[in-house]
Amino acid sequence: MLVPISWLKNYVPITDLPKELAHRLTMAGVEVGDVEQIGADWDRDKVIVGHVLEVNPHPNADRLSLPTVDLGDGETATVVCGAPNVAAGQKIAFAKEGARLFSPRSGGVEELKRAKIRGVESAGMVCSRMELGMGEDHDGILVLDAAAAVGTPLVDLLGDAILDVEVTPNRPDCLSVLGIAHEVAALTGQPATEPDISYPEDGPAIEGQIKIEVADPNLCYRYTASLVTSITIGPSPEWMQQALVKAGQRPINNIVDITNFVMLEYGQPLHAFDYDKVNDKTVIVRAAREGEVFETLDGESRRLEPPMLTIADAHDAVGLAGVMGGSNSEMTEQTTSVLLESANFSPINTRRTRTMLGMNTEASYRFERGIRAALAPLALRRATKLILDLCGGQAASGIVDLYPTDREPSPVKISRSRVRQVLGVDYPMPQIERVLASLGFETAEPPGGLIDLIEAVEAGPVAERSDTLWLKPPYWRSDITIEDDLVEEVARIVGYDTIPTTMLSTAIPHWEPQPMTEFKDAVKDLMASAGLQETISYSLTTLDRLASVDAVDDSNPPIRMANPMSVEWEYLRTSLRSSVLMTLASNRRMAQSDGIRIFEVGRIYAPQDEAKERDLPDEKEMLVGVLSGPRFSTSWTAEEAEMGFFDAKGALEYMFGRLGVDVVYEPADDSVLHPGRTAVMLAGKTRLGVVGEVRADVLDRFELDGYPVALFEIDMETLLSVASAVDLTYRAASRFPESYRDLALVVDSEVSSARIQQIIDRHRLVIGSTPFDVYEGEGVPDGKKSVAFRVVFQSDRSTLTSEEVDKFQGDIVRQLGRQLGAELRG
Amino acid sequence: MSEANTTDQVEDLQSKALRELKVASDTEQLEAWRVAFLGRRGELTQVLRGLGSLPAEERRAAGAAANAARVALEQGLEDREQQIKQADAAAGMAGEAIDVTLPGWPVPRGGLHPTTRIVRDICNSFASMGFSVVEGPEVEWDTYNFEKLNIPKGHPARDMWATLWVDHTDEDGDHPMLMRTHTSPMQARVMEKSDPPVRVVVPGRCYRYEATDPTHEWHFYQVEGLAVDRGITLADLKGTLYEFARRIFGAERKVRFRCDYFPFVEPGVDMSIDCFLCDGKGCRVCADTGWIEIMGAGMVHPKVLEGVGYDPNIYTGFAFGMGPERVALLKYGIEDIRLFYANDLRFLRQFA
Repeated sequence: MLVPISWLKNYVPITDLPKELAHRLTMAGVEVGDVEQIGADWDRDKVIVGHVLEVNPHPNADRLSLPTVDLGDGETATVVCGAPNVAAGQKIAFAKEGARLFSPRSGGVEELKRAKIRGVESAGMVCSRMELGMGEDHDGILVLDAAAAVGTPLVDLLGDAILDVEVTPNRPDCLSVLGIAHEVAALTGQPATEPDISYPEDGPAIEGQIKIEVADPNLCYRYTASLVTSITIGPSPEWMQQALVKAGQRPINNIVDITNFVMLEYGQPLHAFDYDKVNDKTVIVRAAREGEVFETLDGESRRLEPPMLTIADAHDAVGLAGVMGGSNSEMTEQTTSVLLESANFSPINTRRTRTMLGMNTEASYRFERGIRAALAPLALRRATKLILDLCGGQAASGIVDLYPTDREPSPVKISRSRVRQVLGVDYPMPQIERVLASLGFETAEPPGGLIDLIEAVEAGPVAERSDTLWLKPPYWRSDITIEDDLVEEVARIVGYDTIPTTMLSTAIPHWEPQPMTEFKDAVKDLMASAGLQETISYSLTTLDRLASVDAVDDSNPPIRMANPMSVEWEYLRTSLRSSVLMTLASNRRMAQSDGIRIFEVGRIYAPQDEAKERDLPDEKEMLVGVLSGPRFSTSWTAEEAEMGFFDAKGALEYMFGRLGVDVVYEPADDSVLHPGRTAVMLAGKTRLGVVGEVRADVLDRFELDGYPVALFEIDMETLLSVASAVDLTYRAASRFPESYRDLALVVDSEVSSARIQQIIDRHRLVIGSTPFDVYEGEGVPDGKKSVAFRVVFQSDRSTLTSEEVDKFQGDIVRQLGRQLGAELRG
Repeated sequence: MSEANTTDQVEDLQSKALRELKVASDTEQLEAWRVAFLGRRGELTQVLRGLGSLPAEERRAAGAAANAARVALEQGLEDREQQIKQADAAAGMAGEAIDVTLPGWPVPRGGLHPTTRIVRDICNSFASMGFSVVEGPEVEWDTYNFEKLNIPKGHPARDMWATLWVDHTDEDGDHPMLMRTHTSPMQARVMEKSDPPVRVVVPGRCYRYEATDPTHEWHFYQVEGLAVDRGITLADLKGTLYEFARRIFGAERKVRFRCDYFPFVEPGVDMSIDCFLCDGKGCRVCADTGWIEIMGAGMVHPKVLEGVGYDPNIYTGFAFGMGPERVALLKYGIEDIRLFYANDLRFLRQFA
């Protein structure tokens, strides 16, 4: 909403500078996003009021003329002018040489220079609106009020500031200059003046001239109309055009301008019908018929359906209620009688109608925000008065006012104790009353009835009751329905900055454990300290990407958006695998030879099985990571090597170790992972997830080549349940020294190291074992491999002798021989 | 042998020995020196042995001198040994010098996403004021996202939250399921599950049907907060959020509270801090206002409390919500919010 200060001044004295006023409004909840200054760069000496003394033809050009302008103090200037409307006797805006003006040619502000135009020298210019930065009109010069004093700086006459108010949805009253004026009045302690709405009602009674019926009072709350005959259509006066232009509207003709002006003045949309085009002089406010076609004023043909509301005459719709009028009843140059409508329509139906038709108009914007029905007759009378003033004619006596159901708001209570309870400040009742009175609230009788009797009893002693007020919201406010609404009114006018600042002093609630929230943080920290970088990616993706990691179950497909913003973000992910592979691929494109280690903790969204009566999807937290590329960036110390399965496994072992979870890795199949390089991770019998190298054909789908990619995926819920079951009990370390033996074992190639280790570790005096060398090739028979283990022995009771350790080693080797056919390598 | 003779002899011997000790430069020479003077057949030992043959009156003085000499030589030997050992060690290390400017053994460096970091900072600052951290579903019912927050169907305030709807229609042809547009649905979920007092913060992902630009993302995080009890006031809201701003942005920042509108609070609040780029003078970042909006807040609307079965005449509370990315933009000087979820490691690693 653009609010020119000059317009605002008609209703409330403005003493603040525009910036200060903007600040006060903003603090009170009426946010002013921007203040546009008009004339701020007009030089007081160089852009002034001039008086055209005579206009002579240009000797060398038919379209140009040479006006001579009186600039005051005996100074005159003759300049070249291209405007067709310049005439002797006019007061005009004159710019002297050196003035800074908008140049239509360059599109920017330029200094006005002396120039020779078709052989005649010109030092200065008679200005159009455009050069003054006041609008688009460049066809003719701006003609000023004849009363303007010659030589006056133009800024004193036309300078203005325009507030760009960002109105919140609850305040349709602030979509009007008067609404803002009421705010300013309350904030500055100045009185607001209401516009004049009185006019002579000389014509015959309106009832005899038009028949109006509201067929659906649930959609049209109030309908008022007036009739003015014998009007003259023409341009509206300069002051109105200027006001409209500054408020962002294009002037059209006096009638249309008046309806727009009053809409901006009161916030009440109005519509003018050409009375002669209304068939049978009947207006019916009725729901559209199914499939009814109607051409709106913008020339669009629209297909309507109930319950869209129309204004219809005896035959056809002539307007789309609350949204836009129709071409068939449009005002033209020939119009002589105008039927003026000022109505109040259902906010929800207006919103539904304009959404379905893909429209958004100044009218619908206000109706859907729920303007007050009380505005309708006021704005109607105001517009009727302006029509009589500016277009002549004769008004029918009386107005039509159909108001089937009273929609005036009930009085609202405010008590000193509630103000204190909500704001934490004890304001005396007279102050509360004063603040609310400044906003236009009037004291009212409490509403009658049982409820109020109860409230009166609750209010208790008489002294208490005197600390309670009942107030009626002013005619423009539609947002005050409960006591706390009034509490806010008090707070915002006294200023939030005057309310004290205190720390919470109530009891801290019991702490409730949030295991997953805390666990996610722990896992993220462990992954980061294991050398992986956290990423966060969009949870919406494409079906293709999910399919490329085999995460689409056709019988229960991923959840789709009804209104996706892009095909890229259409489905909720059922796997994080494609997310991290995409992140890997996009980074690989940037850094061809970096080692990349990334992880993401995020949700997948598993749709519920039932097709109909769906419940919310199951949102499961997952941990997924990938490692790929050189293990170390080129280093003088480390050998160059590519990351693979064991890099991923190493990071996981670090994490599991820190979580105290014992994990067993078993070869496994996974449609996305290399069949020989994939392991499932088990904690006891619980499957935590999978780790492996991604298949080459899957990598191709992500345009990843060059390096193997190791990927892991863990179900966080399962990991949490296992991690939280870890029972940490202290075990004292033995006082006696350890001994170790290295065993080089030859076994069949398929025998896993874990299997060998299991047998070794089963010995009661073995406290640990590690494979440290795996070898296949020369010196080892075909189909066999050599695995070397370091085995550590220790007793809690004594120092083990060499002979004892030799004996234990012999026992272990025998067991390995018996169970796995293992032999000591010679 | 006269008395003076023996004593002089001992003193001469001591000077000679200490002179020779000074030139011994390795362990071998030291050992030879020791044998020569202090060994079984060493010169001083010989003198000591000869003491027995001296007359008793002479023996005492000569014995004292000889013993003093022995102590001096032994001490001298020990000191010299230390000197040589230190010199040897120094010489040895000199040959072991390395180029300390070479890089160390590589240890991969991981890190957290900036959103994780800032969400933690925000949550921690509230946790220390007694708020618990809870989370909720990202796919929500219209009921929780809007209706229980006093935003019924057809309410124009719904335009404040452009919504991504889940492709699933109910009997009325409406979309009952959506991607939550804010973390506020957890207000109702938390209060439905527990009785007052309530003090929670809710971090999580949110979604809007919105075109992206440097300050808007369709996918972003929010941290919601809610405190409800008897006796909680707007003054407490101001104090709590002011304390938060001090912790996150520093004690020197100014904080401004002004009236704003959100359907689920009354009174409604906007909290801004003074622009730290221009110190409140007005610049591009603060759109010339000198202030940067940090969060929306307000006193929980009585209808929201009633909706979850709390008596609004007894209980009051405040709620707030902020965008952590926006906080991070300001805190770290990031110019484009779209960098957060583009996952460019060159961006992310700066916050590790």
